Order: sequence, then C-alpha cells, then structure tokens
Amino acid sequence: MLEYEFMRNAFVAGGIVAIVCGTTGVFLVLRQLAFAGHALSHIGFAGAAGSALLGIAPLWGLVAFTLAAAIAMGLLGERMRGRDVAIGIVLSLALGLGVLFLYLYTSHATQATTILFGNVLGVSRETVWALAGMSVISVGALAFISRPLLFATLAPELAEAKGVSMRLVAVLFLAIVAVAVAEAAQVVGVLLVFSLMVAPAATALRLTSRAGFAVALAVSLALLETWAGIATAYVTNLPPSFWIVLLGCAGYLFALLYCWARDAGGWTQGASSGPVDRRASRATGCASVIR
Amino acid sequence: MSACAIELNHVTLARGRRIVLADVTASIRPGEFVGVFGPNGAGKTTLLQAILGLVRPAAGEVRVFGRVPAHGNPQAGYLPQRRASLADLRLRGRDFVASALHGERWGVPFAGREAAREIDRVLTVVQASDLALRPLGELSGGEQQRLLLAQALLGAPQLLLLDEPLVGLDPHFQEAIVALVSEVQRDTGITVLFTAHELNPLLGAMDRVLYLGHGIAAIGTVDEVVTGEVLSRLYGTAIDVLRVGDTVVVVSREGSVESGARHHHA
Repeated sequence: MLEYEFMRNAFVAGGIVAIVCGTTGVFLVLRQLAFAGHALSHIGFAGAAGSALLGIAPLWGLVAFTLAAAIAMGLLGERMRGRDVAIGIVLSLALGLGVLFLYLYTSHATQATTILFGNVLGVSRETVWALAGMSVISVGALAFISRPLLFATLAPELAEAKGVSMRLVAVLFLAIVAVAVAEAAQVVGVLLVFSLMVAPAATALRLTSRAGFAVALAVSLALLETWAGIATAYVTNLPPSFWIVLLGCAGYLFALLYCWARDAGGWTQGASSGPVDRRASRATGCASVIR
Repeated sequence: MSACAIELNHVTLARGRRIVLADVTASIRPGEFVGVFGPNGAGKTTLLQAILGLVRPAAGEVRVFGRVPAHGNPQAGYLPQRRASLADLRLRGRDFVASALHGERWGVPFAGREAAREIDRVLTVVQASDLALRPLGELSGGEQQRLLLAQALLGAPQLLLLDEPLVGLDPHFQEAIVALVSEVQRDTGITVLFTAHELNPLLGAMDRVLYLGHGIAAIGTVDEVVTGEVLSRLYGTAIDVLRVGDTVVVVSREGSVESGARHHHA
C-alpha cells in the first residue's frame, strides 16, 4: 500500500499528529481539560468552514479559530472552572456559524464531511509539510513549558507560592492544545479529535503511574492506533477515522479490563502470600479503577 | 531588622472588601516554631499568603528575612491545604514530589542525579520512600500529607509555612506529622509557621503561639496567650481555658471551642 503517494502522506501525517496528540494529551488529561479540548475542536469547525468560503486551506482557519479561543480560555483562567454551560453555548454558536459558512459555500458538498470527520487519505504533500512545521513548534513549546506546566498542574498552590505565573502557563498550554487540535482535525476531523487527544493519554495514565512513562506510552499508543487505523482502512475500504476511533476506544477499554483483572489477581494472591504482593500490584495504579 | 525571620508591621490584610486582619504587629525569630490558631476565617491562610507575597497587605508591611516578599518566594517551603482532587491522581508520589523541584524554571522536567538525590533526601526525612512508589490517589490523608511535607522541604528552605496539615487526620497521624516537623526544625534550625485548629497536638513542639481572631492577633508563649482573658478578646465571646493534665481545653459559655480531649506526649 506504500506504493501510493496518498498512503505515504497519510502515514506521515498520521504519525506527526499522533506524536503531538500523545504528548499534549497527557497534560490535557492531568489538568482535567479534556472538555476544553473538545470545545476547541468544535470552535475550529467554524474557522475551517469560514476559510473554505474565503478560498483558504481549512487548516489555517482551524488554527486561527482554535488559537483565539484557547487564548481567551487561558486568560479567563480560574473563572472557566464550572462554566460548562458557557463553554457549551460558545461551542454551539461556533457550530452554527460553521453550518452557515458551509451553506454559503455551495460548490463542494463533501467539504463538511471532511472537516467534521477528517480525510487523512486526502492529505496533500503541502499539508504534510505544514503539519510537520506546526508540530516542531508545538512539541518544542510544550517541552519548554513542561516543567512549570507539570508543577502548576500537580501542585497549583505551591507553584504559585514559588512564583510560577499560573495564567501565563495556562495560556501557553492552551495555545499548544489549539495547534494540536487543528492538526488532529486533519486526520480524524473536528468531531473525533477527542479520540486522538484524550484516549491514548487516558489509557497511558491508567497503565502507568510514572509521568515520563505515561508520555512515552501515550505517544506509542497514538502512533499505533493511527497507523493501524489507516492500514486497516486500506484493507477494508472503510473510513480511517472510524478505525482510529475504534482502536482508541478499544485501547481504553483494554486498559480498564487489564487493570481490573490484575487487581482481582492481586486480591487472591494477597490472601495466600501476604500483603506484599498486593502492594506490588497496587503500585501500578490499577486499583483506583475499581473505585 | 533582619534579625527577624518574619516581621509584621501594622499589617492589615483583606480578602476582597472584607478585612481579615487589622493593624497586626508581630515578629518571629529565626528557628522558632510558631503555631498559628484561630477560628475559621480568622485569616490564617491569608497571613501565610501575605508572607509568601501572594497577597499584598492593604496597609503596613510584611518582611521576610528583611525583604518584602512579592509574587511568590522560591526560598520558602509551603504546604497548602490538602485538596480533594489529589485523590483522583494516579501518578506516583515520587513524580508528584519531583514536579516541585525547581518547578518554577522553564524546560523539560528531566531529573538529573543531583535532583534524584534531593528527592531521595526529602522522602527519607518524611519517611515516605516506600509510599512514594505508589499512586497518590491510593494513599491515605496522612500519607499524602507526608508527601506534601516532602515537597515543602525541597531545596532546604529557611522558612516552612504549613497550612492546616493536621486537618482530617487520625490522632496518631497528627502526632506523627507534628513529630516530623519538630524534628526537621530541631535538626535544621528552620523557622516554622504551623496553622491548626487544635492546640493540643502542637503543645510539645511549639515555641510560641500566634492566635488570630476578630481581626486582631496575639503572640506569645502558650501560657501568655492561651488564657481566658486573651481568647475572650479574640473570639469576641466569653472563653474559659481549662487545663486537664497535659491537655488544654478551651470552652466558650456556649460550648466547647477547642475540645482537644487527648493526651499529648511531650
């Protein structure tokens, strides 16, 4: 299948996006901002549809809208907490605008499906280059802020007491999320960004309790799910987005079952050979799944 | 002037429009262990935040080792009130503690050998080296508190600000935390401000008491401050102080304010 250029482009684009989503996703899950990521992708829909209307590549409209929304969210900071209703209303307004733009832009009916559900097999070489450039910048920026970001995420009061600017860290991180969302939308579309941004990271955080391992595992899972999804789509002639989303969900479910089984095993072992075994199995972080 | 660890000069602190402390003057010497008490909303947390430079006094001046603190202080160790969200965290305790080591600097949080040694050191001090291998969400409140204390001790600060580390802990865990802090204070000569609801767990460890209430403050030894006369003024209601063996019982006419009916092993 690699003899086709569109397949090579798909694998490269998918790989780039998986790396960005795996790294960003771990922090997104740790900061409990999964819903904000979801909202950003919907807001991006309006941008993508609008840029189609203006004759610009949808990627740039996506980036512009998600970035603007992310910076606004970051500046609102603590006041964002518990504002699900407000976020939801802005989100639906964005979707409504997207519908309007698509209505006005009548020449391509398939444009809507592409923006909403992605079309990784249609990614051009220019888009691959654009994705690569954006990834280098966003992963680099994430690495640069990752130390204060982790500190501010895990121990916010202490971080503030040590002089970390919580607002600056929040704005920078959400801007990185915005770029990641726009990139992920190229592969799975704005509606399914969640599956690439959140599923691998959440799965990784179920399977390991070490921060560094979690990032490495999330990237590996995202790569595996994306590439396997594209390959399966090629073989089955079904949409890649479907397979990627399915694999993402399956991975998460597998992690839940694995932890459950392991924890159950730990209980029976603990009864026969003392509490040491149980502690060893609990050290993986699985026990909390049961609660 | 810099002979003082903390100097409060006619300090007034406000939360929004509400004045929590008015015109408070007190000084704390280096190496002192000061217990900070007072009813809810008396301004204990606000005072610690003013010492960290996170809350600016509405009037007066706060000085920490001779300097006016601003926007946080990397030299101070701080243990904030324990958040419920820690229970959801599946990361292991060691990574949690490590995130605070020079966490204010930009870059990647790779722990070098020196960093690993410092993390090992603080975990040993709080006797949590084994605990730190388990996910934070699985630890009990007292165990989480020890890891928060380890975080506060990173980088060997001169000043330790502990905000309600005993809340929600069983008596023997409370004693263990107080004993740990007391040991650190004796060994390193660190200045400790320790806020709490109950006097008794801290009786053997404290050098002096800072009692806040009704916008005012009193500082002195337990015998000077924990008296019916002083506490009546701070609570704004008639208070009696009874001593039963090693235990201090503070009662208001409406009922017990401070029912620390436990023995403290000094």
